[in-house]
Amino acid sequence: MNKSTRSVMTFKNGIYPVYHGKELSEGAATRIAPLLARYTVPVAQNAGKPPEVIVKAGDKVKKYQLIARASGFVSANLHSPVSGEVKGIIEVPGATGVPAQAVEIISDGLDEALPPLPEIDWKQADPKELLDRIAACGLVGMGGASFPTHVKLSPPPEKEIDTLILNGAECEPFLTADHRLMLEDPHAVLAGAAIMSRILGIDRIFIGVEMNKIDAIEVLQEKSASYGVRIVPLKVQYPQGSEKQLINAITGRDVPAGGLPMDARCVVQNIGTAAAAADAVIRGIPLVERIVTVTGPVVKTPGNWKLRIGTPVIEAVRLAEGVTEEPGKLILGGPMMGFSQRSFDVPTAKNTSGILLLSQDQAVNYESGNCIRCGRCVQGCPMHLMPCALAAAIESGRFDIAQQNHVMDCLECGACAYVCPAKRPLVQHHRRAKAEIRRQMQKK
Amino acid sequence: MEENSNSSTSDILMPTGESLVVSSSPHVVSPERTSRIMGKVLLALLFPLAGGIWFFGWKAAWVVFLTTVFCVAAEALWCKLAGRPVRKTVLDGSAAVTGVILGLNCPPEVPFYVPLIGAVLAIWIGKQVFGGLGYNPFNPAVVARVGLLIALPAAMTVWTPPRGMDKDFPEIKEFRTPVDAVTCATPLSIAGNTPKIKTNDFFAHENFKKIDNPELLEKYFWGVKGGCIGEVCVPAILIGAVLLVCFNLINWRVPVCYVGTVAVITGVVNYFYPGVTPSPLFHLLTGGLLFAACFMATDMVTCPITGTGCIFFAMGCGIITSVIRIWGNYPEGVSFAILFMNALVPLIDKWSGTRPFGYVLKRKGEV
Repeated sequence: MNKSTRSVMTFKNGIYPVYHGKELSEGAATRIAPLLARYTVPVAQNAGKPPEVIVKAGDKVKKYQLIARASGFVSANLHSPVSGEVKGIIEVPGATGVPAQAVEIISDGLDEALPPLPEIDWKQADPKELLDRIAACGLVGMGGASFPTHVKLSPPPEKEIDTLILNGAECEPFLTADHRLMLEDPHAVLAGAAIMSRILGIDRIFIGVEMNKIDAIEVLQEKSASYGVRIVPLKVQYPQGSEKQLINAITGRDVPAGGLPMDARCVVQNIGTAAAAADAVIRGIPLVERIVTVTGPVVKTPGNWKLRIGTPVIEAVRLAEGVTEEPGKLILGGPMMGFSQRSFDVPTAKNTSGILLLSQDQAVNYESGNCIRCGRCVQGCPMHLMPCALAAAIESGRFDIAQQNHVMDCLECGACAYVCPAKRPLVQHHRRAKAEIRRQMQKK
Repeated sequence: MEENSNSSTSDILMPTGESLVVSSSPHVVSPERTSRIMGKVLLALLFPLAGGIWFFGWKAAWVVFLTTVFCVAAEALWCKLAGRPVRKTVLDGSAAVTGVILGLNCPPEVPFYVPLIGAVLAIWIGKQVFGGLGYNPFNPAVVARVGLLIALPAAMTVWTPPRGMDKDFPEIKEFRTPVDAVTCATPLSIAGNTPKIKTNDFFAHENFKKIDNPELLEKYFWGVKGGCIGEVCVPAILIGAVLLVCFNLINWRVPVCYVGTVAVITGVVNYFYPGVTPSPLFHLLTGGLLFAACFMATDMVTCPITGTGCIFFAMGCGIITSVIRIWGNYPEGVSFAILFMNALVPLIDKWSGTRPFGYVLKRKGEV
């Protein structure tokens, strides 16, 4: 490592999880998952309006073929991950717990693909053309929020943007998908960054990577100069990968409360999204697969796999040679902000970064005790809130007090609930208050 | 990247999903528990306790043992009568911590009913009437100490001479009470009984010389002085305090600002009126100041949450302590100071809340 390690950047507050679990899978090179017989591709894979399904039962589809068209600006196209026959539109368990619509495709075993779209010479091309290609290829934020990428890349004209930040922090314990991507395909990440900055018309590009991925930092640094990208090593601290904290760590700017990154003149994209943008522009292929970490203490051989979207989770677990004991929890995403699942039939989506299986011992619901005012939640809150005081107000039903004390700024990162020695459900209280306050505001 | 070799599907164990738990994130939590925090506090308290036992003998251990047992018993009894979970409440360790702190705040030889009454005061009046752990506005051990001091002043001011006093203080008559040979006075009570000289002349400078000179201050530092069990041995208190800070159990601002404020105020008064109060070092090394600043004012439940709040709180404690010590009737003001500032904590918390992220647009050092 060279001079850049001297100043490792970070934000104020936050927590340091004692058990990272990344060692389970960070050394495992990404493997391409074999073709499955059946995929259930969720329709609503983007924030905003779900796309409109344009195939019906019995239709023959090819890989990369459009199966659902964006139904507005804040919506994203959806493509078939496989060639075969559409069996129907079925209901599957959704990643967030609500049943979801999915297109069930039975593979014909041939894996025939449509010819890729023509390559665009992104260094010369019109930014509009690049943006249209990204929208056509159905890119969404692959870090978790799955906001359509073309929307994030077209800020309103009155907003001045001067910085593009790629989020390679991967601050969630256990997840290593982004780590492997940066290590194995740095050119795609860097080209994606350059493409996005061309769309935005800016030349200040940063990639923030936590210091527990030194090898990835080195690989990126070696190749970054020709793309005009600066690699920023970040302290290992949760939630380093949260947009607002990342912007603060790298640029020193505060995103104003209730604002978006563009209010701090920044656009933040996940590095997976950047690599997908490079694929879309250079290779001309839409987003139908991504690297997913299949890991956890009970997984037999944790690792990273390139999974097509719509892969049922049970098949991903099969790739990892099953489990050593019956798991107590199945989580899509990381352990801090991921969603626990009821069934192994839930399919992966564009934003599924990890499939995490915890043991039954780890899945207990902790009995919570009294708040002893230790202040660890206050020290840990990246938004500088006072979770203990908020929770006290919420427990007595005083959502108005919670609102006055800025509960709506809560990121729901879970740092407070993680550190609480009394195991109080702090972030859970905040979620409830936020939902309740939103409901009351809608009523008015 | 390579193709997955996935041939032997027969003998792998696949999950059935039968025992999946669904809950809201986060799905992992830190290993820290309330009981562990209390355990670490107890560990740190062992040092002043060991100091007390060294200087006062096993009688001191017996007192601390009694207060601890009575506190835990009082907690269990209350939970039993109130229908709260007994086992869970007792095992969180907070009653034991209160008991040990209360014991360390007692003179080395108190009759058994003092720990008993103290425990009832601490646990019932100081803590459980407010709703138990975390809801008490006042530090239970301080409540009990003040209660005992007011209710049983005689029992609470019988001071045993520490080990080494006979040898080291042959010439100082003041430390010996004339009526019997088994008790002694504390430096603070002697200072309190010394008539004040409100001038700045030779006599004023000599006023406290007998109890406030470098040779004696060194003795005070090691613990050769009359006092409560936990407050005599300064090195042991400091080791315990360092442990607490290292374990992230106390806010270092509280002891530093508390002791600092007392030092500044007594220093200023001592500089202009040396006949009114002894030197700041004397105030630091005698009485319960250091022990209280490290172990009692810092109680998580009853001190402010933010660092700024802790500074205000500790400075308030320091001011009240100094005022009582210099001008008050009581030789010692630490307990009253903490109790008074405990009452202000909700207000301090309100004034010193955090500023949420994103409420100031620009900062220094922005790129």
